[in-house]
Amino acid sequence: MKNNLFTYTLRIADDSLILGQRLSEWCGHGPIIEEDIALSNIALDLIGQATNLLEYAAQVEDKGRTADDLAFLRFEHQYLNTQLIEQKNGDFAVTIVRQWIFDTFRLPFYEALQHSADKQLAAIAEKSLKETKYHWKHSSEWIIRMGDGTEESNKRVNDALILLWKFSDELFYMDDVDQALISQGIAIDLETLRPAFNERIQFVLQEATLQLPDSKWKLSGGRQGRHTEHFGHLIAEMQYMQRAYPNMEW
Amino acid sequence: MVDETTIWNYLEEVPDPEVPVLSVIDLGIVRAVKVISDKEVEVTITPTYSGCPAMNYIEKNILEVLTEKGIEIVRFHTVLSPAWTTDWMSEAGKEKLLAYGIAPPVNEVDKLILFGDSPIVKCPQCRSENTKMLSQFGSTACKALYQCSDCLEPFDYFKCLR
Repeated sequence: MKNNLFTYTLRIADDSLILGQRLSEWCGHGPIIEEDIALSNIALDLIGQATNLLEYAAQVEDKGRTADDLAFLRFEHQYLNTQLIEQKNGDFAVTIVRQWIFDTFRLPFYEALQHSADKQLAAIAEKSLKETKYHWKHSSEWIIRMGDGTEESNKRVNDALILLWKFSDELFYMDDVDQALISQGIAIDLETLRPAFNERIQFVLQEATLQLPDSKWKLSGGRQGRHTEHFGHLIAEMQYMQRAYPNMEW
Repeated sequence: MVDETTIWNYLEEVPDPEVPVLSVIDLGIVRAVKVISDKEVEVTITPTYSGCPAMNYIEKNILEVLTEKGIEIVRFHTVLSPAWTTDWMSEAGKEKLLAYGIAPPVNEVDKLILFGDSPIVKCPQCRSENTKMLSQFGSTACKALYQCSDCLEPFDYFKCLR
């Protein structure tokens, strides 16, 4: 039970942590200053959510590890985020499509998790949901602007969809960890979120004059610690300070 | 023995590190105070946004002020639920914000409505309502960036969070 709750919390935490890290790579490089600030703000929200979740995971594990230990001192295969959110930033369209797929999943997920029987997960979800609404509005409006924009912006966002959509199904991945906790009212049966997810995806795509790619190819493995080739580079940078100067603190 | 009201009054003197005209009480960050003894109190705080980088400073500032008042032990307790909302900001706080040059939160439409009208926010400089949102994300997590179309001044808007 304790192990399941630890793994479950870590999976949610790692999605926030790694996407926050990816988005922070835009800081100082945004296409316009408003977007530089927007992406950095969203990164900050996600890293804040990750902090709350990792602190809770550390407490559940109860082996003396801290949230920082979990964030900075695990090996690649010990991170349990989905492969979608570790994909490289690419151009602005790739970053926004990745964010939009994730935000569209996180909305119904946090809506459900705020009623979890686990009080701390419920509290984190209630708090994070308010921020996720802002994120979803931001990413969805960009999908519509780009899709229904110029020939070039439409092409970019369409290419990004082809590149990333195959990773979207993994957001709904469940195994024994989930099943054990669903029966106790702690975890969310992700299958129940699919209608809300699909409805929002289709609504925005229609406004954006876009369509989902035809390919039914699906990739997964992140929840068991199997990652794509981009992930090692990401954590090498993320962990650099802690590896170079062990136990350093701000 | 010090009572809770005294502690609440002391906390009125603790400024928010990002918006120093507001106290932590104006912002609604302090949720509860419990006096354990003359020398020891417990303060329950809640973050505005999950990633608010000011939380550590806020604890430090509270500790500093209470220590000056003779409290020797301050225990902090952080709660996330109920989640912070701008509805907890005091009316006095909203007036102080405006005088400082930051437009205070107003009622907003549901954030899930795409391309919905941005709220009408008065320019803190010339009080014109002819303003526009430049970005829903601003200099800190709690602010959006606006510009006045009459006096042309850009300004921060403390966005409504519910």
